[in-house]
Amino acid sequence: MMRHLISAADLTRDDAVLILDTAEEMARVADRPIKKLPALRGRTVCNLFFEDSTRTRISFEAAEKRLSADVINFAAKGSSVSKGESLKDTAQTLEAMGVDAVVIRHSASGAPYRLANSGWIDAPVINAGDGTHQHPTQALLDAFTMRRRLIGPDAGIGQGLDGRRVTIVGDILHSRVARSNVDLLHTLGAEVTLVAPPTLLPVGVDSWPCEVSYDLDATLPKTDAVMMLRVQRERMNAAFFPTEREYTRRYGLDAERLAKAPGHAIVMHPGPMVRGMEITAEVADSERCTVVEQVANGVHTRMAVLYLLLGGNEPAVSHSRTEENK
Amino acid sequence: MDTNSTDARPVLEGPDIERVLTRIAHEIVERAKGAEDVVLLGIPTRGVFLARRLAEKLAEVTGRTIPVGSLDITMYRDDLRMHPPRALARTEIPAAGIDGRLVVLVDDVLFSGRTIRAALDALNDIGRPRAVQLAVLVDRGHRELPIRADYVGKNLPTSLRETVKVQLAEEDGRDAVLLGAKPDAKAAEH
Repeated sequence: MMRHLISAADLTRDDAVLILDTAEEMARVADRPIKKLPALRGRTVCNLFFEDSTRTRISFEAAEKRLSADVINFAAKGSSVSKGESLKDTAQTLEAMGVDAVVIRHSASGAPYRLANSGWIDAPVINAGDGTHQHPTQALLDAFTMRRRLIGPDAGIGQGLDGRRVTIVGDILHSRVARSNVDLLHTLGAEVTLVAPPTLLPVGVDSWPCEVSYDLDATLPKTDAVMMLRVQRERMNAAFFPTEREYTRRYGLDAERLAKAPGHAIVMHPGPMVRGMEITAEVADSERCTVVEQVANGVHTRMAVLYLLLGGNEPAVSHSRTEENK
Repeated sequence: MDTNSTDARPVLEGPDIERVLTRIAHEIVERAKGAEDVVLLGIPTRGVFLARRLAEKLAEVTGRTIPVGSLDITMYRDDLRMHPPRALARTEIPAAGIDGRLVVLVDDVLFSGRTIRAALDALNDIGRPRAVQLAVLVDRGHRELPIRADYVGKNLPTSLRETVKVQLAEEDGRDAVLLGAKPDAKAAEH
């Protein structure tokens, strides 16, 4: 049985559908006057954030609190980590405090895997983003948003995303969101096309379970959901494209370009958006853009993951991890 | 829920179940003096089907549409930590809500009473009913909590070595209440 959620590639189709179905029920709690469930009462969850991320942290925190867990927030900045404490020492401190689960965000790819498999700590580990590697709960909330919008909240129960076509556009190289989405969407039966300048595609992308294109205009007409990625300037240590204007001209999404996609196609963005660069304000504010929904769905999906990993005496999600998925 | 048993014997069959539900519907109308503010909430899975059938019967008797919903109690179970987490079922509260209404919880089998305790906790998070009542198709005894039903289809004295299984056409293709022997003698958990 899977105790941790490290990578979207670890999830079987049944696991992924179970998480999405559970998230659908969690979403109903958000409509109630008392948005709380007692499932994790008496359990302590630590949000261990070695890298800043307000959005993901408060999303996890909201999910944990709605399940009645006790929450400890740990930010590396200003902590003993900045004095040189290692991940191992931090983990052992948490273990000694009796933490029941750790949600970890780290700038180093593989840090959550290390934490989960080193024996330093016994609690389940949930990856909240590690380096350029994985961000599984983001992929789950994206899949949840697609299923709700493209199939419908009730009609989608028990279903994957078979035959749906998803285009992911932009900085694939630095994007753990793209990597996680390709893994999960493939598991759920969707066809993924990556669109990016050749310089922003990782080595070995041809072995990923997806198509690759350099031409957004040609891909859009065959798309049910187009996911724009943020251009992560902070991770870029070289010139990956000539100018921002050039990037926007070829890979930016404006209303004119969006018109080439089918009428039902949705526009997604993991946030934060750089308006005017990868997406115009007009598209970002349109009804077809799901950015705000994605934020709300993030809480429902994370509640589902926390409940399924921690709610019982053993996790409900099965384990099929292979080393090459790392 | 009790497991399948090979030598199960029917104690209620299709027409009996219909009759029992008709009687419960009339009892609800009588006790609630017209069932004007009644909301029926079924406990998944089979309680929901029973609640829908009761709502139809109440509509026939009173000539009014009776709001009906479902109440999943999974998160409120006191044995949540003792098993792998269960998949959640649907909670659907009628649009008018339950505040100030008479909520009738509907379930198939009343056994230890723990499911109903969980349901009362779940209701607490959803609103404040004027009163809560309980309707069950079968009461098999062996209560572990001070809970009793207001409307009982059939009192069925059982031993802990027996299983009670309710089948409903919506889920199982036929209506029946089956009494069988437990495959192992371990006390049932419900």
